[in-house]
Amino acid sequence: MKFEEYKKPSWAVMNMRAVFGRAYPRIIGVNRELSWVFFETVLPLLGVAAYVFVYKALEAPPEYIGYVIIGGAMTAYWMNVLWSMAAQMYWEKEMGNLELYLIAPISRMSVLGGMALGGMFSSSVRALSTIVVGMVIFGISLSLPDPLMFFGIFIFTMIALYGMGMMFASLYMLWGREAWHMSSLFTEPIYLVSGFYFPVKGFTAMLGNPGTWIAVGASIIPITLGLDGMRQCLYPGTMDGFIPVWQELIILVGLSVLFMILAKYSLRYMENLGKREGRLTMRWQ
Amino acid sequence: MAMNLGFRRKAAKPNANVQTFKWSAWLGWQMESNWADPFLFAVYSIVKPIAASLILVVMYQIIALLGGGTDVGLFYYMFVSNAFFMYVGQVLFGVAQIVHDDREHYQTIRYIYISPSNYFAYMLGRSVSKLIITTFAVAITMAFGVFMLDVPLSIIGANWLLFFAVMVIGIFCIMAFGLALAGLSFLTAKHQGGMNEGIAGLFYLFCGVVFPVSVLPSWGVSFAKILPITYWLELIRRSLNLGVGMDSALAGTSTSACIIILCLSTVVFTILALAIFKAGDTVARKKGLIDTTTAY
Repeated sequence: MKFEEYKKPSWAVMNMRAVFGRAYPRIIGVNRELSWVFFETVLPLLGVAAYVFVYKALEAPPEYIGYVIIGGAMTAYWMNVLWSMAAQMYWEKEMGNLELYLIAPISRMSVLGGMALGGMFSSSVRALSTIVVGMVIFGISLSLPDPLMFFGIFIFTMIALYGMGMMFASLYMLWGREAWHMSSLFTEPIYLVSGFYFPVKGFTAMLGNPGTWIAVGASIIPITLGLDGMRQCLYPGTMDGFIPVWQELIILVGLSVLFMILAKYSLRYMENLGKREGRLTMRWQ
Repeated sequence: MAMNLGFRRKAAKPNANVQTFKWSAWLGWQMESNWADPFLFAVYSIVKPIAASLILVVMYQIIALLGGGTDVGLFYYMFVSNAFFMYVGQVLFGVAQIVHDDREHYQTIRYIYISPSNYFAYMLGRSVSKLIITTFAVAITMAFGVFMLDVPLSIIGANWLLFFAVMVIGIFCIMAFGLALAGLSFLTAKHQGGMNEGIAGLFYLFCGVVFPVSVLPSWGVSFAKILPITYWLELIRRSLNLGVGMDSALAGTSTSACIIILCLSTVVFTILALAIFKAGDTVARKKGLIDTTTAY
């Protein structure tokens, strides 16, 4: 077939291919590397188990063990957003893939979308294994009287979270080693303020109004309200919820839209800035 | 007549390994610290460890407010062990990460291998910067505990001789674990978080870091008792006189017995770690994995 006879695919088809193409190595490639499956799914459970034993040592109510398991499962997504979304553009730049993405006739958002889908898949494997281990080994019991609300909270947490990851990716694109350190910095402090291992309402119980403001500030990170909402759905009737679940769902929908828009604009801005300053292909900074 | 091309071949220095160690330590420090201005670097170095400790503080406080079984001694136990556990998380992981950094990120491992420097000495040097930064973080965390959380660390009441002796042995042991992990890293794909989290998680769970070993099931207690880090942390607590007597699983073991077990297990694990490092290095070179890249 001559080049002139080649029927150019539509913009939508090209971008769908880009999404699939970027997601593919994350779904297939990761599972080909068996050591990754082990390191990414089995070993992180140990850290979560340690927090379970902390609550056991403190003789905490049983639902707190469930809170830790749910929080531990969600760390998979946060780690994925930090290291495989935000810092990924930095890695792509280091490996020389970034310029290939930029010259391809596709939207940058499709590349990021593919990364997000692939990342969500591998993170879900880890998150599910955490939940299963929690149920089997630690005997946590979860109830789901309102599955629609639970899945609504989960889906919009993911959209908002990965939208935030896309936005970070554009910032990280121009960074050198700062990217690695920033991802590292956003680990424990975010675990703390977002309440990965305790209900975020605990800040209010401990500190009063300033504690409430800490929780409000942390709510800009979608996983804060997502975690709180999921805990409320899985443990109905407990008094540990920060705000009503339906309000959390509305805020998460808003954050999803906000972060997607911000991701699109920041990506364009940072790409142009990178071009002007000649930093898009700079490696080993 | 031989031409003088301007090159003067220097005779190999007998202290080449010391030179490698020295310069790789300098390189490591630059890589760790020069990505930001000193103020930002200082903030980064303070925020991260304090946040990690505050997670436990909040967990403890919430359960205390709910009226759980919260002995203040248990809080000191958790706080001190968690602070010193940073050495395990940072140094152990840092040593292992050097292989992936050099192999995948900077892709310099082949050049280091073909240079006259010894890679083992190079790795030891690189890990020194991790050690310095972690020491700073531990000191900040302990100071935060003493001044903000009323952790009763007494300058007079602590056994500093025991403390420093135990620190030296413990860090030696942690670096040995790091070298073993580095040996495995020669053969594994790039792991940015999983391996770090996992191996550190293993020690975090079984070594009595944030809860007494006695809380573990009986098989877990038996496993904990063969890990040198368990004894290292127990000796740290005893030397600083913080959180002592909270762990019934180790209460019957005298301080001198803990020291002997720590020393013996450190020797055994060091021999094992050196063997793993050597094996990993040899197999990676045989299989052509020494400079492979595994980015997905």
